[in-house]
Amino acid sequence: MPDPVVHVAELTKIYKVPEREAGLRAAAKALFKRQTRDVRAVEAISFDIGPGEIVGFLGPNGAGKTTTLKMLAGLLYPTSGEARVLGHIPSKREREYLRRMTMVMGNRNQLQWDIPALDSFELNRAIYRLQRDDYLAMRDELVELLDVGDLVRKPVRNLSLGERMKVEIVGALLHRPQVLFLDEPTIGLDVTMQKRIRTFIDEYNRRHGATVLLTSHYMADVEALCKRVIVIHHGRILFDGALAALADEFAAYKTIGVVLENGGAPLDAYGEVVLNEGDRVSIRVPKAETSRVAARLLAEHEVLDLTIEEPPIEDVIESVFAQPAAQ
Amino acid sequence: MSVDVARLPEAGRWRSLYDFYVTTMRTAIASQLQYRVTNYFYMLGMIAEPVVYLVVWTTIAKDQGGAVNGITTGEFAAYYIVWTLVRNMNIVFGAPFWEERIREGRLAGDLLKPMYILHYDLAYFAGWKFVVVVLWLPIAFGLSAVFHPTLSPTPLEIVVFIFAIWGAYLVRSMFQGTIGMLNFWTTRGAAVFDLYIATEMLLSGRLVPLQLMPGWVQTLANFLPFKWTFGFPIESLVGNLSTRDLLLGLCAQALWIGIGLVLFKVAWSSAIKRFVSVGN
Repeated sequence: MPDPVVHVAELTKIYKVPEREAGLRAAAKALFKRQTRDVRAVEAISFDIGPGEIVGFLGPNGAGKTTTLKMLAGLLYPTSGEARVLGHIPSKREREYLRRMTMVMGNRNQLQWDIPALDSFELNRAIYRLQRDDYLAMRDELVELLDVGDLVRKPVRNLSLGERMKVEIVGALLHRPQVLFLDEPTIGLDVTMQKRIRTFIDEYNRRHGATVLLTSHYMADVEALCKRVIVIHHGRILFDGALAALADEFAAYKTIGVVLENGGAPLDAYGEVVLNEGDRVSIRVPKAETSRVAARLLAEHEVLDLTIEEPPIEDVIESVFAQPAAQ
Repeated sequence: MSVDVARLPEAGRWRSLYDFYVTTMRTAIASQLQYRVTNYFYMLGMIAEPVVYLVVWTTIAKDQGGAVNGITTGEFAAYYIVWTLVRNMNIVFGAPFWEERIREGRLAGDLLKPMYILHYDLAYFAGWKFVVVVLWLPIAFGLSAVFHPTLSPTPLEIVVFIFAIWGAYLVRSMFQGTIGMLNFWTTRGAAVFDLYIATEMLLSGRLVPLQLMPGWVQTLANFLPFKWTFGFPIESLVGNLSTRDLLLGLCAQALWIGIGLVLFKVAWSSAIKRFVSVGN
């Protein structure tokens, strides 16, 4: 068993947030006495990620995903607990560590706005102390993989959102990082561009053996890239395991699809009919009753075909997120 | 721990630092050149302040028989024309920039890079200066044609001036950067910056040449950093400072750069632990 690239143990981040009532009176009062509230953004989470793994980090807005990623990237000091990435403690912000990782934030621009991306790449070469030959080889490889050859000569401000994200990714990977923290890299992009970025992440991981921790609200990203997911909600980890096992643990129902010899028979008694197209019917049934209902259908009808399907991953995630915070 | 992932080799440390400064300065110049018109309007706005001072003091000098406290109209003209260059040279990454950097979320991106943040700010603004100096030249010629400065520096004064304007840049960078750290404790750190500027106006030679201030103000100014960012660089070129005073001035700048660097490092190491980066 290789050492984990990312090791997190009981990691906690508590923000102190000022708050007051609305209105002039409250504003005047706050001048003399500030009130603050502790927000437990991340609470005692633990997990390990091995070399070369791509792990999906899922959770609704405010769940603690980005806070966790920022602690792992060395942007935030943890309140307590332990984090180690590539053997480094991220909060120490050692240059040796920063040279071995990258973080891409889908909603943030890290390239120089007014000049072509090529100039920003050159600046990154100097910042990361890259040998020119290696830098040029890596740059050309990334430019080819993301097909941005004609974009890198335009000022960044003149690029579309999708184009900008692609050149952002090139800039973030020039130093060939071993660990990638990707915070919603496909946010706001059209379907084609999302697919392109996904393919690229997969290819980069395959070529360079990099470890990837990815957050995304698009389940297509997660399904395409991540065998393993970590689900975080209200700052706590609810699930850590194979994506396929997520439905087993959290899906409340399964869908039985049947094709009947004599279509049109009423099947409401077996469960919630979600599709009825002639002889083809889909019935949603509680997970625990799936076998019994399937057996009944086979016994009581002329069934030509029967399938049992897990619910769509979006529905599973929705049911996970619907869970109330632990008291 | 060993992870079997290929890494790109790195260049040597000092060579890398030099390469970083040169590349960052080039990037800054490229960025500035994108906005030629903006740059010129900026420069025109920048000379408004010294021209007002110059007109006021020239008028007073003429009313008093051609000089105020021994400073002639030509010397006033020289002082304030050199002022315009010194002012442009000592614009630094100060508290308002830090406030904007944190609020707009750019700091998070900067912190991901394996570099000391001060290096980037120093290098970027140093590059910007080259564009400013080129744009300043025609303005200086225009002002000279109108106000007829009295200026005849020696080679030593010119050399000291070149060092002094960069010294002023570094002194101001350290102190304003340190004030910028207040943004990690308070959302609007620029308020303290305003207090700094008000003090600087009076004790640096920015508002009036220190020679015109009361004796106790001149003495006080010698022991504070402000004079070494305005008055000294200007006087090194237009004044009649002795060689000893010129060299002592450079030493004073070096001392304040050292003090400012220590203050910045202490403030930064504490500030970075408070960075919350919420929503950024």
